[in-house]
Amino acid sequence: MKHKAMSAAIVAGAVATAVAGLSATAPAHAQAKEKCYGVSLKGQNDCKAGAGTTCAGTSTVDYQGNAWTLVPKGTCVSMDLPDGRHGSLTELDRDLPEA
Amino acid sequence: MDLPEFPPKVGVGDFGEALWNPEAATPPGLIGPDGLTAPKRFNVYRNNVIVSLCDALEQTFPALQNLLGEDYFKALARAFVVQHPPKSPVLIWYGSDFPDFIEAFPPLASYPYLADVARVEWAWVQAYHAADVAPLDPAALGSVDPNVLGSIRFEKHPAAALIMSSWPVWDLARANRFEPDEEIRVDLDRSQSVLIARPEFDVELLQLRPGGDVFLNALLSGATLGEAAALAEGQVAEFSLSDCLSDCLSIGVFTDLVTA
Repeated sequence: MKHKAMSAAIVAGAVATAVAGLSATAPAHAQAKEKCYGVSLKGQNDCKAGAGTTCAGTSTVDYQGNAWTLVPKGTCVSMDLPDGRHGSLTELDRDLPEA
Repeated sequence: MDLPEFPPKVGVGDFGEALWNPEAATPPGLIGPDGLTAPKRFNVYRNNVIVSLCDALEQTFPALQNLLGEDYFKALARAFVVQHPPKSPVLIWYGSDFPDFIEAFPPLASYPYLADVARVEWAWVQAYHAADVAPLDPAALGSVDPNVLGSIRFEKHPAAALIMSSWPVWDLARANRFEPDEEIRVDLDRSQSVLIARPEFDVELLQLRPGGDVFLNALLSGATLGEAAALAEGQVAEFSLSDCLSDCLSIGVFTDLVTA
């Protein structure tokens, strides 16, 4: 991979700015770490940690469904578009995957 | 009465085939205590396999479920599950192909932003369960000779992921999962890229500043700091190296730096 690189002086200046800015906020970060240690994640119980962290699957009836015949009924529908239209009623016309 | 033969004579191939196809007949060797083929029991088992995998997807992709509604999500998950049986017994790794499946799913072609929302959610779960590694200490950068700073490279933190999108994935993910109580106006004409990492114990999400996605994508692909900065600056006029670098360092995208 060959790219033209930014000049050393500009890179060095930007790095110095970033590092200086971060070291100024470091104490707050250290404090947060102290508080979080060993405590379960805020608002993240087992279920929120994703699949496999809780027991699933007790239904006995095969779920019948066909996404081809359904229409999304979630917030796709209620999402505002700039001119006041709503999501699912509107065919988007940009960046569509090729059929 | 003759006792049924045990273990039952069912080939793994027959069993597997019938498992993923609800229309398929119960493999003949699967019998109940009466010695007869047990379709009812097999249907319960078969259904639980599918439903538990659908539930796994539901738990990994809650924003997507919000966007689509429960019924649609269930049907979509089912269509995915029967075509993509798990390749590992670890459920947190189930669903890596789901975003690509959504992208190629014809009925959702007019919702092209959904796949990127799914990619953010997938990265979130992987970040949550990624190995614990201390992120790069910004002070380490400060001690590099300024003359060679441009030629250093970074090693990615195992929890870090960059989702580049031409859709407002940051707003969509916040509105439908991470900040459900905020009034977030989703403008589908915006493009947003999201950085996911876990500096300590909490997964953090951050919207990248202009050019930050180009910059970080180059760094993660092995470009030097100087090359990545030049590339981003060339493509995005508002790119600020110090701001983007500061974001990457504060959220813990790197574990180490490599001097040439």
